[in-house]
Amino acid sequence: MSDMDMDRRNFLKTSVGAAAVAIAPGMLLYSVAQAKSEGASSKVRWGMLIDTNQCKPGCNDCVTACNRENGLSGETKSTDSQWIRKIDIKDISTGREISLPMMCQHCENPPCVDVCPTNASMKRADGIVLVDKHRCIGCRYCMMACPYKARSFVHEALTDQNPDVPRGKGTVESCTLCVHRIDVGGKPACSEACPNKAIVFGDLNDENSEIAQKVRSVASVQVRADLRLNPGVRYQGI
Amino acid sequence: MSSTPTLESLHFKNRLYWLLLAIGGLVVAAGMYAVHLMEHHGHIITGMNNQIVWGMPHVFAIFLIVAASGVLNVASIGSVFGKAIYKARVPLASLLSIAMLVGGLTVLMLDLGRPDRIIVAATNYNLTSVFAWNVLLYSGMVGLVVVYLWTMMERRMNPYNKAAGIGVFVWRFVLTTGTGLIFAFLTARQAYGSALLPPMFIVLSFAWGMAVFHLVQTSIYMWNEKVIDSAILQRKKHLLGVFVLGSLYMVATYHLTNAYFSQQQGFERFILMDGGIYPSLFWWGYVLLGNIVPLALLYTPGIRRDRWAALAALLIILGGFALLYVFIIGGQAWPLNLFPGYEVTSTFADGQIAAYSPSIYEMLLGLGGLAIAFLITTVSVRVLNFMPQDKPYIAD
Repeated sequence: MSDMDMDRRNFLKTSVGAAAVAIAPGMLLYSVAQAKSEGASSKVRWGMLIDTNQCKPGCNDCVTACNRENGLSGETKSTDSQWIRKIDIKDISTGREISLPMMCQHCENPPCVDVCPTNASMKRADGIVLVDKHRCIGCRYCMMACPYKARSFVHEALTDQNPDVPRGKGTVESCTLCVHRIDVGGKPACSEACPNKAIVFGDLNDENSEIAQKVRSVASVQVRADLRLNPGVRYQGI
Repeated sequence: MSSTPTLESLHFKNRLYWLLLAIGGLVVAAGMYAVHLMEHHGHIITGMNNQIVWGMPHVFAIFLIVAASGVLNVASIGSVFGKAIYKARVPLASLLSIAMLVGGLTVLMLDLGRPDRIIVAATNYNLTSVFAWNVLLYSGMVGLVVVYLWTMMERRMNPYNKAAGIGVFVWRFVLTTGTGLIFAFLTARQAYGSALLPPMFIVLSFAWGMAVFHLVQTSIYMWNEKVIDSAILQRKKHLLGVFVLGSLYMVATYHLTNAYFSQQQGFERFILMDGGIYPSLFWWGYVLLGNIVPLALLYTPGIRRDRWAALAALLIILGGFALLYVFIIGGQAWPLNLFPGYEVTSTFADGQIAAYSPSIYEMLLGLGGLAIAFLITTVSVRVLNFMPQDKPYIAD
């Protein structure tokens, strides 16, 4: 066997080895990614029922939990993001006071999705309204269109982000219903944190779910129901 | 006044031309620097926030885009309706339209949170979004006007001029409708969400476009030491006056219909009476300086000098900016009505009038867009022949 043949054999061996080393991690990651390929199902409609009678004025636990879960600063300057906020309302004629949390209402017909030029605002099959952070160009038209003022624009550079919740300067963001938790069988951080269990989370389409049963048995309203957006978040006691 | 130019006056003009370019270039450079800072620091350095999401850049951009459509009126009256004195002004009108569109679009684009993703906007179209339509409408308008200009200025292409003129005529109506629809489609905001807005923007575009045209035309005549024919000036002044009256009528109708609906009365009271800067800008800036004074300048018998008409045009433009500030910023300052019949408070400014003070950076961005339009116009007028060439006898 000539030296040249040996060289060729060694060269091929090294090449195959190097290629295997290069491709293997990719293959591994590919299989990991493929494992969760099941998309959101349109048979599900995620929603929340908020009992304002159980929501204490002054209590901010849902807001704090949301900020912690999603890596928000928790500051409340006009340029800071607030995915969920407590609103105190007072009936002008009777003086009755109510406190409630307000966030993205995950509408069936979301105006933010209608107006978004690049399809960055989108509604998943299971009813969760999200912003694709890679597609958002930061035009803020969705913020103009949202009747609930649920969206925030990231006005400055961010640090210490939660890896599960990507955010980015120059893009718009809002409550994701903690989609990263829902996709692994969990529930939104606000719902979990409420000391009075005022926020019931679940599948509105599953008639055996707690939320569907409650929606059937108690009087609840959608905020700005006159707009016919059919929000997935409903309120009890208003 | 139309004397033969002397060598000194030509030297002076040459220096003045370069000085104007330098000033325009400096403003553009300042605007670009502001964009760089906004890119680096984020919108935190602007006055915009989560309540006032569209600010000063949008006032500038929307003025430029609306006026860019309106200035084509001159072209339409010339090409579509065949009026000779307007036909002589088609090239200048088309040039102004392109210049203002480019200036306005640059501002809109550079104000984005992620202007680097412009390719995303160009390749992903959400067909239900009026913004996505506008991407096509605005860029299509620039292309169409370039073709129109070509059919006008290139003799061989003259036979296609009428067809191109009709195309532009239709397109600009659709374009301004699209601009009005940006606001008309906002269902939940009390200032917007009205089908009256697209026609209102169209009539406003007539007045603002004509005013810009008149101002530029006067400057070009002065530059060339010519005096505009008084019969032509008279017709221009009357047309401008009619457009101003028409736009005032549309704005009045918009506010009066709102004031009639009790659910809108709080908003109207805010914007027209006790909203601080907004009523002041509306009444003093828009109504008085932007309409009443210009109308007086245009219609008072005896005021015949073209410079008074140019002053009227300038005031109409400034009034336009005042109206857009009230409409865009004031419209957002009024809070969304989430719970009708309730007093509302929160950490996110629910139920409160939103505060806004424009920062120097967004002003520079807006002025930069204006300067881009100025530079395109100035250079083009210098290198190509955009001076209106009237025939000795005007038939119509």
